[in-house]
Amino acid sequence: MLRRTLLATAALGLSLGLTTGAFAAGMDKVKACFVYVGPIGDGGWTFQHHQGALDVQKAYGDKVEIAWQESVPEGADAERVLTQMALGGCNIIFTTSFGYMDATNAVAAKFPNVMFEHATGFKREHPNVSTYNARFYEGRAVQGTIAGRMTKSNKIGYIGSFPIPEVIMGINSYYLHAKKVNPDVELTVVWAYTWFDPAKEADSAKALIDAGVDVIASHTDSTAPLAEAAKTNGAVIGFGQASDMAEYKPSPRVSSIIDNWGPYYVKRVGALLDGTYAQADAWEGIAGGEVLIGEITDAVPAEVKAEAEAMRDAIAAGTYHPFTGPINKQDGSPWLAEGQTAPDGDLLGMAFYVEGIQGDIPK
Amino acid sequence: MDLGGINLVTLVASLMVASVPIMLAAIGELVVEKSGVLNLGVEGMMVMGAICGFIAAVATGSPVLGFVGGALGGAALAAIFALLTLGFLANQVATGLALTLFGLGLSSLLGQGYNGIKPPPTTALFGPLGEIPVIGPILLGHDWVVYVSILVVALVWWVLKSTRAGLIIRAVGESHDAAHALGYKVARIRLLCILFGGAMAGMGGAYVSLVRVPQWVDGITAGAGWIALAIVVFASWKPWRVLLGAYLFGGISVLQLRLQAAGSAIPVEYLSMAPYLITILVLVIMSSGRGRSALNAPAALGQNFHASR
Repeated sequence: MLRRTLLATAALGLSLGLTTGAFAAGMDKVKACFVYVGPIGDGGWTFQHHQGALDVQKAYGDKVEIAWQESVPEGADAERVLTQMALGGCNIIFTTSFGYMDATNAVAAKFPNVMFEHATGFKREHPNVSTYNARFYEGRAVQGTIAGRMTKSNKIGYIGSFPIPEVIMGINSYYLHAKKVNPDVELTVVWAYTWFDPAKEADSAKALIDAGVDVIASHTDSTAPLAEAAKTNGAVIGFGQASDMAEYKPSPRVSSIIDNWGPYYVKRVGALLDGTYAQADAWEGIAGGEVLIGEITDAVPAEVKAEAEAMRDAIAAGTYHPFTGPINKQDGSPWLAEGQTAPDGDLLGMAFYVEGIQGDIPK
Repeated sequence: MDLGGINLVTLVASLMVASVPIMLAAIGELVVEKSGVLNLGVEGMMVMGAICGFIAAVATGSPVLGFVGGALGGAALAAIFALLTLGFLANQVATGLALTLFGLGLSSLLGQGYNGIKPPPTTALFGPLGEIPVIGPILLGHDWVVYVSILVVALVWWVLKSTRAGLIIRAVGESHDAAHALGYKVARIRLLCILFGGAMAGMGGAYVSLVRVPQWVDGITAGAGWIALAIVVFASWKPWRVLLGAYLFGGISVLQLRLQAAGSAIPVEYLSMAPYLITILVLVIMSSGRGRSALNAPAALGQNFHASR
């Protein structure tokens, strides 16, 4: 036991010494590591992160070594994996799910010279922890517009994973923009309590369809909700989530939100290589190219398509913010005044539905 | 037929479909455990069945051959388990756990290039009869695998209860030494049971990738194999209770999503927890005071056998 501790300490000291020396003046070679919550083959969230990792490899070739681990559970296991990666010589570790937040900060405290980048979180307790996120709610605004125009039953659905600000933001944006073009629209939310469980995601979609919903947006990682919608022969449509999910074109997949992490990963690893790396809190959206809107297919009428694309372009140009007042909270209390746009802090801690959505957010 | 905003007919119909994978896997595992072998690799065999069935269905264009492929895939993985535990007398628990990890990895490797492909559809067996109100969706609107899974439960019940083969399987599971002394080939009987268990788990997995989520993604079974193991204990090794358990576990997962869609105020956490709570309750009640035999667990469960002992 003693010997093992000794070895670990020695390895720690070694990696500390190496990185400290190299950090100030840039580095010759960076080992970039990625922790994934699902399998790369999920066709969605993790797949896109891995594409970003491959972009890093492509951009820097021999100067970068990438490593990754798939299907790491959120919780105590994550801490073990992160510690192993840090001991294994990783210079920068990207933790790509909200649930790794506490584990990332805990391990970061022990390895001050390893850089940690946590996706979609808000805790930066140590100077070596950065966070990065994408403004997915901008994409949800485009989807909401399409949903409001396309629904025939006036019932639209949303499959949530966990009740965290990230997801609630998406639900609110989706609903607000559907409501804007179709005042009669009703939103049903189903919480799957999983990021990745294809059978459960399919069941969630089935439950929504049986309840009369005909446009489904999902916030889970696999293509299962689209596969379920495909069984209805075009009566129900949905959207690609995280990845383009082009195999379900032209219907049920009528558009998609594509997470494009490559540019950010390339920038951060590049900064580590040339010594300009600094702690950051990055939150880019459609304008920055982190959120792409997948092709809107011909299953959507031309004028709806044009309206959705105009929305996308206005957001990209910065002339429109998806959360622009007047917006009230679900209980009727005012949130944003006329013309006021939502401050980022409100969005990142969002724990309420906007006025008009039925049901409660589970605690 | 609405109750609290939930249509009971569609609820029952969809819970029957949702239960098929865990029911098939659980009834297979029941036979394995009845013969005295504890195979914890159900999840691995299911996911292997899912990918093998998917590949077979895509390659041949026939969903029926897909299920055959799934059964073969599951049985192939089970054969490795049999080789290790019956041949080399490896520890069953450790081997079973390793089998799951191996199955998940191997299926992911085999599945390269199969992401995003749609398999041939498995259609309803009785076609338009499924349109009849109430009994249509519940009794007549399903695909053939739903009916086969119930038939398998009935068959296993009959074989274990009323046939000589069933008696031998139970004898091997209760006391392999006594069965051996009577001249039964313990290892051979266990091998056949393990292969049957693998084939059923494989078919259950294929049902996930071919019908419930008609596509392939890595790790598609997402823990269904562990639920199947829980059902066997819940059922206290009785076939009809496996059916009941599968409907209960499958039903609650379907119900809690529907309750949400209907805007019910019941917190979903309690519902998600319910099947496992019931399993624990069953274990507590059944083991209270009357010992292991009351639990109905096969006496030689998990013990390796070698003829020299």
